[in-house]
Amino acid sequence: MESEEIKIGVYVCHCGINIGSTVDVEQVRDSVSELPNVSISRDFKYMCSDPGQALIRKDIEERGLNRVVVAACSPRMHEPTFRKTIQQAGLNPYCVEIANIREQCSWVHEDKADATDKAVKLVCSAVAKASLLEPLEEKEVEIAPRALVIGAGIAGIQASLDIADAGFQVYLVEREPSIGGHMAQLDKTFPTLDCSACIMTPKMVEVERHPNIELLTYSKVIEVGGYIGNFNVKVKKKPRYINMDRCTGCGLCAEACRLKGRITSEFDVGMGKRSASYIPFPYAVPSKYTIDAEHCLFLTKGKCGKSPACKDACTADAVEFEQKEEIVELDIGTIVVATGFDLFDATEKPEYGYGLYDNVLSGLEFERLVSSSGPTQGKIAIGGKDPKDVVFVQCVGSRDKSVGNEYCSRVCCMYTAKQAYLIHEKLPDARLTIFYIDIRAFGKGFEEFYDRVREEGVRYIRGNVSEIIKKGDRLLVMAEDTLLGEPIDVEADLVVLATGIVPRADVRELMNLLKISQSPDGFLLEAHPKLRPVDTASDGIYIAGCCQGPKDIPDTVAQAKGAASSAMTKMSQGKVKVEAIIASVDPFICRGCGRCVEACEYGAPELQEAEPGILVSEVNDSLCKGCGACAVACPCRAISMKHFKNEQIFSQIEAVI
Amino acid sequence: MFRKSHFNIRKFIYDAFDKDMAKVVFEKVGIWDCTTCSACLNKCPKGVDTVGFVTGLRQLMVEDGRIPPPIRDALKSVSIHKNPWKIGAEERSKWAEGLEIKNISEGADILYFVGCTPAYDARLQKVARAIVGIMNKAGVDFGILGNEEGCCGSEIRRMGDPWTFEYLAKENIETFKKYNIRKVVTTSPHCFNTFKNEYEGADFEVQHYTELIAGLIEEGRLAFSREINKTVTYHDPCFLGKQNKIFDPPRKILASIPGVKLVEMDRARERSLCCEGGGGRMWIESEDSEDRLAKIRVGEAMCVQAQILATACPFCLLTLEDVVKTEELEESIEVLDIAELVIKAL
Ligand SMILES: Cc1cc2nc3c(=O)[nH]c(=O)nc-3n(C[C@H](O)[C@H](O)[C@H](O)COP(=O)(O)OP(=O)(O)OC[C@H]3O[C@@H](n4cnc5c(N)ncnc54)[C@H](O)[C@@H]3O)c2cc1C
Ligand code: SF4
Ligand code: SF4
Ligand code: SF4
Repeated sequence: MESEEIKIGVYVCHCGINIGSTVDVEQVRDSVSELPNVSISRDFKYMCSDPGQALIRKDIEERGLNRVVVAACSPRMHEPTFRKTIQQAGLNPYCVEIANIREQCSWVHEDKADATDKAVKLVCSAVAKASLLEPLEEKEVEIAPRALVIGAGIAGIQASLDIADAGFQVYLVEREPSIGGHMAQLDKTFPTLDCSACIMTPKMVEVERHPNIELLTYSKVIEVGGYIGNFNVKVKKKPRYINMDRCTGCGLCAEACRLKGRITSEFDVGMGKRSASYIPFPYAVPSKYTIDAEHCLFLTKGKCGKSPACKDACTADAVEFEQKEEIVELDIGTIVVATGFDLFDATEKPEYGYGLYDNVLSGLEFERLVSSSGPTQGKIAIGGKDPKDVVFVQCVGSRDKSVGNEYCSRVCCMYTAKQAYLIHEKLPDARLTIFYIDIRAFGKGFEEFYDRVREEGVRYIRGNVSEIIKKGDRLLVMAEDTLLGEPIDVEADLVVLATGIVPRADVRELMNLLKISQSPDGFLLEAHPKLRPVDTASDGIYIAGCCQGPKDIPDTVAQAKGAASSAMTKMSQGKVKVEAIIASVDPFICRGCGRCVEACEYGAPELQEAEPGILVSEVNDSLCKGCGACAVACPCRAISMKHFKNEQIFSQIEAVI
Repeated sequence: MFRKSHFNIRKFIYDAFDKDMAKVVFEKVGIWDCTTCSACLNKCPKGVDTVGFVTGLRQLMVEDGRIPPPIRDALKSVSIHKNPWKIGAEERSKWAEGLEIKNISEGADILYFVGCTPAYDARLQKVARAIVGIMNKAGVDFGILGNEEGCCGSEIRRMGDPWTFEYLAKENIETFKKYNIRKVVTTSPHCFNTFKNEYEGADFEVQHYTELIAGLIEEGRLAFSREINKTVTYHDPCFLGKQNKIFDPPRKILASIPGVKLVEMDRARERSLCCEGGGGRMWIESEDSEDRLAKIRVGEAMCVQAQILATACPFCLLTLEDVVKTEELEESIEVLDIAELVIKAL
């Protein structure tokens, strides 16, 4: 870099009274005006406002400034703003340095003299660094116009449809034989009581028919390499042992299967039975059968009677026991993760007797029981009789430190109200009691629905159930009515537990695959809890639905649309700038130990053979996030971080001490 | 109704918010009802230390000298005799007379920590003898402290006297150090629990005797020669089950005894019902007039047609057996310690 004369402009912001009331801004302005390389220092009420930015641009043009220091709020707030400002005036965007005199000074101090003193030091430090700042180049990479969506619940379905409608190719990967996820298992949905299947099937069919969507069901993503715009993805397709093109979905194979009615149906959460050759539910998409290799006699024992009954029965000749698993390779631009949730396992709360008593059901089991497509065609019978007393227990496995889930599952208050309503519709004489801790009816139409349910005569009792025990054929539910401060016992023929939403059991596997993280509650972590709710820390990877945290269908759909929109924005830009603040390795100092490779969470450094037998680390610019972990790990100081070089940092430290 | 006490922990906690803590206790009844079983503690979704709160309030009462006489006497007895049963320390090892037991000073792999109740109570002495008999049969190298053994302090702490507890803990740890004791086996789940979870600075291994025996059976070191053709159910002591998650070893022992038909009560394992013997309740009766939990529990055992109600805790044994006697149920059901069943079948 040719050496030019450094001319720094310093701009100290009042931030209204946020900074101005604790820091003597004028004094700061004056104390730094004589520092080396500073050619002008000013203060202004709001630097981030249009006139504030115009001030900087004007000085750059008129005074030939080539470095800028803004003393204001956190760089996380407005560094991008000021980078743009100076870029508009023809400077390299990396020639601005922010001194944070708000979060790190005015907001945390009370004494004005001390705060001013500290602000001066922070600005001096920023000026010192600004003198050493170097222009950086922002590289661009192309983005493949193809999206991968992982998980085909309502979140994945909605995201796929939106992206496909915008004209991009979508690969939708679902590990089950059918798309649909949990929503397909629900009966009616709160608060409007639309039938879940009725509102979902059209979307499922649309996915299947969409020319831009390739559906990969019964499949798993097993490898993800590369970076935004250029992900190399491998998908493993499990053999269905049924030819998808030939299968007409007639179901003759399932009828004939020797294991008919002997295998527990996952879709009916253990309440119904199926054959080894099966379709999970009548309106499954694709509407094709699958032979379950875990149970099928022919596939497990090599023999099924004289010859496999399904094969004999199929008139379309679709049964193919010779099928092998397939690996599909895809080049992908962006990824949407929509892997949903698992249901809390209520056996972790032994006091409720789930798993011990047949008439204690989980929320999802109840959905299947009450559904007309369920194992009893929607008839709610316990031991052949209509239940007279039904008790619901809320917050099972949620808001509960004893099982490690501190969060609220957000749907169970409402689904309990809904389920009580559904019983009331079918069995108007049944006495219904709901035990709750708090009622969270926060969504549109929720409070109204909750009121309606109470008006129907459903009894709400505030208090967590302490114990459920047997009393003859019935159950005795014991609790304290905490509003009255008195113990209460309720007898019941059926107890429904409002089991909560928990992260997928295999969430870690997914995190490792995609290099994304989880929040303390175990769900996938968004890049910012408020402002970047669908982004992840990995560029080009977005999250939607219950994989990010518990939510109902309206919120899931909204988030799916958000994630789709983020993915589409990137793909329609066609190119993306990659981080300019990245690590660079000095190949002459590097001794190839590989600690940087271990330290990097994003897989950016890789050891290359520079000469035979000589390994040198090289950082992939597109993967590097500039976190600096490798630079710290490197025992030889071979790695420096652009924009945070040692000499830049040391100059800052010297300026403050 | 399957409920007994009207003691409401939440009311105490709410009141303590803005009143002088001690007053809350003195004005209210019920604070001595809590057995510190931890059923509520285990299930509290917000992690409130309910039992700590109860013992804390009792501590205020002890500090203030306003203790119910039976509790006062038990605490006093511990200070004088190193046991809460008001019997002299020199009589502690009387139960072992005529038995072949090493004193730990001669050196042994295991210290058998007998505990106050098995050492002094005639009914529980049978259990201690049974445990000794079993260990001898299996060739376990063990010794006892004899009259040097002192109260573990578990109940003392729960009666609101943490000072004496600390003193006892320190003394016991020193005694164990003196004899270089690496492993302690206890009769009582209460001693076991306090050694394991409450003795600060303890560096010895602790086992409940049911763990030891289950291990001996598994290793083939105990061979049964007699059948017990009875239906047996097992009552989980709170301090062994709920509080330390030891559910399987006692059941494994029972299942391995020839002839035993093991049946479970509705409330088993984590769901077990407290017998009301813990937390100092061996020394003080509830202020409530409802049925004792032990009575409900014996009823539950009879519901599953058990002929023997087995347990593995001195307090459970006493409270349950007391019900069988007062209700005159001896014809239908017998309360026995697991060790007694094992020795019968050996
Ligand atoms: C009992 C109950 C009742 C409810 N009732 C209502 C209601 O009435 N109204 C309402 O608004 N909400 C209700 N909800 C909430 C609703 O179910 C969720 O909001 C919704 O299902 C979330 O959809 P999702 O797509 O995020 O997750 P899911 O439905 O869980 O879908 C995720 C999909 O991803 C697939 N998948 C997972 N991992 C992988 C992987 N590694 N690779 C490939 N595929 C994978 C899964 O097989 C699944 O198909 C209820 C929830 C429960 C538990
Ligand atoms: S939604 Fe209601 S039932 Fe579910 S965890 Fe939250 S408060 Fe409990
Ligand atoms: S840690 Fe440093 S020396 Fe080691 S390989 Fe990486 S750059 Fe080279
Ligand atoms: S007796 Fe047990 S369950 Fe009841 S309050 Fe005390 S510790 Fe809790």
